Amino acid sequence: MKIRSSMPLALRVAGPLLIAILLAFVLLPVVVVTIAAFNEKAILAFPPESYSLKWFARVFSYPDFQEGFRSSMIVTGWSSFLALVIGTCLSIAVKRLEFKGKQLLLAILHSPLVVPHFTLGLGLLILVSQTSVQRGFGIVILCHVMLVLPFVLRSVYVSMENLDQRLEQAAASLGASPVKVLFTITVPLLAPGLFGGWLFAAIMSFSEFTASLFVTTQDTQTLPVAMYNYVREFADPTLAALSAVYIAVTAALLAFANYFLGLGKVLNIEDGH
Amino acid sequence: MRSDLRAWLVSPAVIVAMGIAVSLAAVFQFSFRTFVPGSLDVGGLTFANFTGMGKSIYLDAFANTLLLSVETTVFSLLAAYPLAYALVRVKNRALKSFILIVSITPLFLGEIVRTYSWIAVLGSNGFINGTLRKLGLIEWPFELMFTHLGVLVALVHVTIPVVVLMLATAISHIDRDYEKAAQSLGAGPVRTFVTVTLPLSMPGILASITTAFAWTFSAFATPQMIGGGRVPTVSTLVYQLGFSSMNFPLAASLSVMGLMLTVAALFALGLLTKRLKAFGGH
Repeated sequence: MKIRSSMPLALRVAGPLLIAILLAFVLLPVVVVTIAAFNEKAILAFPPESYSLKWFARVFSYPDFQEGFRSSMIVTGWSSFLALVIGTCLSIAVKRLEFKGKQLLLAILHSPLVVPHFTLGLGLLILVSQTSVQRGFGIVILCHVMLVLPFVLRSVYVSMENLDQRLEQAAASLGASPVKVLFTITVPLLAPGLFGGWLFAAIMSFSEFTASLFVTTQDTQTLPVAMYNYVREFADPTLAALSAVYIAVTAALLAFANYFLGLGKVLNIEDGH
Repeated sequence: MRSDLRAWLVSPAVIVAMGIAVSLAAVFQFSFRTFVPGSLDVGGLTFANFTGMGKSIYLDAFANTLLLSVETTVFSLLAAYPLAYALVRVKNRALKSFILIVSITPLFLGEIVRTYSWIAVLGSNGFINGTLRKLGLIEWPFELMFTHLGVLVALVHVTIPVVVLMLATAISHIDRDYEKAAQSLGAGPVRTFVTVTLPLSMPGILASITTAFAWTFSAFATPQMIGGGRVPTVSTLVYQLGFSSMNFPLAASLSVMGLMLTVAALFALGLLTKRLKAFGGH
C-alpha cells in the first residue's frame, strides 16, 4: 500500500489507461469480426445495417467446413495425443537419465520454433512427392506432431521441475519397479501439467494453417485450410460467423483451463516473490 | 531394465526429430537442383537458383520480410511489456484472469481467424473506414488493405500474445526485494523501474525478440491475405513458386536463404545477449 500511495497521480492514471488501450487493441478485431458476422448483407462490413443469423447457418451446412472439421478432429486428436505421449516420455528421460546426443535431440525437436512453418511444410511436400508415400492423414499428423511438440515439452518440463522426487524414491524403496513408479506416482503427479500441455497442443494443432496448406490435399484439408480457400472464393461474412464460433469456443476453453488448472501455473507466470 | 526403459522413453522422440531433419535436408537438397518445368522431378545439381536471386522481386521480398520482422518485433515488444507487467503485478485475481484471457486468446485462434478479423477492421467497408465514413470524415475508403501498414498492424497483433507470455515469465521471476531496496534508498517508481525492473527482465526481452523475429519471418497467412500480393514476403513467394509454378527447387532455395538469414539474425542476437550479460555482470 505504501508503495502505491507514493506513486505520482499521473502514473496512477496513465498506467491503467495504457493497459486499457492495449487490451482494446488486442480485442478490437475479435469484437469487430464477431459483430460483422451478424450482417444480413453478403459483404464483410462494420457496422452492419441489418442483422441476421443466416451466415451461422451456412457455417454448419457448408460441406467443405464439415469435411474440414472432421479432418481437423482426426489430425488434432492424433497429433495432440502423440505429442503428449512422446513429449512426456522424453521429458522424463531428459530430466532423469543420461543418454548420448541429448542436446542435439532437444535442439532438433525445438527447431520448429524458429524454422518457418512454410519451410517444414515444403520439406514434407518434397519428401512426399519424391517417394511413393501417400499424401494422407499420416503425413499431416506427423507434421503437426513436429510443430506442437516443443510446447508440450515446455509444459511437461515445467511441471517436472515442481515434482517432489522424494515421493518416487519412497515408492521405489517400498519395492515398486521403475515402470510401476512411473505410472502410479510420476504420471498422476504430473497430470495437471500433462493436461495443460495436451490442451495447448490440441488448440495449436487445430488452428495450424501454413504447414497444413502445404501437406494437405483436397481429401485431408483441415478446417483452417478450408477457411482460407473459402475467402479466396467468397466475400460473404460466413467466415466471420465461423471466426465468432472459434473465438467463443477458444475463450471458453481457456477460461475453463484457467479456472480448473490455473493457467498462471501452467504458463509459469505466477508472481512467486 | 534401465536401458530398456530409456529406449522406450527416447525412441519416439528420435523418430520425430528424424522427420524434422529429413524434411530440412530435402529442402536443402532441392535448393541445388535444376527445375524441370511441368514436372515434379528435378534435374542435376546447380547453383543457378541462388545466383538468380539477385532479381529485384526476390530482393524486394527479403527486404520487406526483414523490415516487417524488425518493425513487428519493436512494436509488439513495446505493446506487450506493459501488458505482461500488469499481468504479473496486478493483485486482483479477477482482473488478472481477465488480462490473461484477453491477451492470450488471440494466440490460439490461429493465423486465419486473426487475419480475417483484421480484414473486417481494415477493409474498405471495415471498422476503420465504416466509422470514419459515419463520422463524415471521409468520403472514399482509405486504403489499408494491401498496404505495408495494414500487414504490419496485423502482424503486431499476432505477435503480442506470445511476447506477453514470455515477458510475464521473466517478470514473475524478478526478486521483488531488489525493487524494495531501490525504493527504500529513495528511488521513485519510475527510477526503480528503469534501473531495476527493466534490466532484470532483460533475459525475457531478448528471448521475446528472438521469438517475435522468427515468428514474423515465418508468417504467411497475414502477408498473403492482407498484403494480397502487393506486400511480397519470403513466405508468400515460396508458396507462389511452390504451388503456382510447381518450381520446388526455387521455392526450396528461397527457404534456405530465409533460414540462413533467420539463423544469422538470431546468432547476432545471441552475441549481443552475451555482450549484455558480460556488461551487466549477471
